[in-house]
Amino acid sequence: MGEAAEWFRIRDAADMSPVSTANSRLVYDALKACGVRLLSALPETWLVHLIRLAEEDPDMTLVRLAKEEEGVGISAGAHLAGVKSAMLMQNHGLLASINGIVSCAQLYRIPLLMLISHRGEFGERDPWQTEGGAVTEDILRALRIPSAFLEHPDHVARRIAQAQTLAYASNKPVALLLRRDLMFEES
Amino acid sequence: MTRLEALQTVYSRLHDRIVVTIMGAVAAELQSIGHRPNFFYLQHAMGLASSMGLGIALSRPDRQVIVLDGDGSVLMNLGGLTTLARYRPKNLVHVVFDNESLLSVGGFPTATSTGSDLAAIAKAAGVPRTTTVRTIEAFREAFDEALAAGELASVVAKVEPVGPSAFVTGLGLLENRFQFQRYLANAVDPDPAR
Repeated sequence: MGEAAEWFRIRDAADMSPVSTANSRLVYDALKACGVRLLSALPETWLVHLIRLAEEDPDMTLVRLAKEEEGVGISAGAHLAGVKSAMLMQNHGLLASINGIVSCAQLYRIPLLMLISHRGEFGERDPWQTEGGAVTEDILRALRIPSAFLEHPDHVARRIAQAQTLAYASNKPVALLLRRDLMFEES
Repeated sequence: MTRLEALQTVYSRLHDRIVVTIMGAVAAELQSIGHRPNFFYLQHAMGLASSMGLGIALSRPDRQVIVLDGDGSVLMNLGGLTTLARYRPKNLVHVVFDNESLLSVGGFPTATSTGSDLAAIAKAAGVPRTTTVRTIEAFREAFDEALAAGELASVVAKVEPVGPSAFVTGLGLLENRFQFQRYLANAVDPDPAR
């Protein structure tokens, strides 16, 4: 399947899903306002609109990954080359990226802005997502990665800007957990 | 061919290019020839040197980026080859020193010793230009062709499983990282017409 066909498939899937278009736009606009010019991403349901927005934006470099850990290296390279970036991933992507976070981003003091969809919380219907949600916050604490939730539209822009500010001040990774209340519109 | 010989034969080409290496023997040997501020050595995070190279190449299309990788590291991030090929930056040359072993940790054989072909894998991933070389002359020629090609290239250099006696050098990791970042911040396009 070509890039175009893939795009239409994703778009169609996104149009049918209850993922919040408005709040995805809010998150995307906040990243843009912070000067983020490169996004690495591995698709997952809650991120479809965000990835679509990045793909439609000629001023954004979107790097679609095979595995999330690659995004740590790409963001590290972008940072050293003077470009602000962010990573979009599921919490299982965080789990898959831990060595890169520790032995690239933390070892070399790279500011890393990670936006992580926090699957497996209250309300999760997919049985396969339930283990990851239970360990995500403990993993972030064990890695001493400062984190906060994005759960309400009112604080999205401010928290993203604050997270980026801390990442640059500390030269370290920070995490924002995208919560169900923000990303998913369901009855 | 040894890796050190291969590095020596192309060292003059690295003068004004961005270089990212993996850990261990590659980093120590390049430093033994001569460290430069445009060299960054990723001393851990095996597999991510090519991802860092991609991040730099996409962020600085005005500069040529050379990644000096190894078989053990590439095997840890084979998916990364598909990402490289997907975006195929014209300004990235991916050199893989394949000694068919994890030399830095005791020389245990990798899967390239039993037939896995990294150039063929890169080609199948979609890297537009791939080659495997076995002699110094062939390496120098393939390296120069890759530099001049103007498209993403992988050069797999089969090298002997020999390396330095020590891997820790006098260059601090963070010293290297901040020096490299400053170099990139101040580096101007040597050929704006490119």
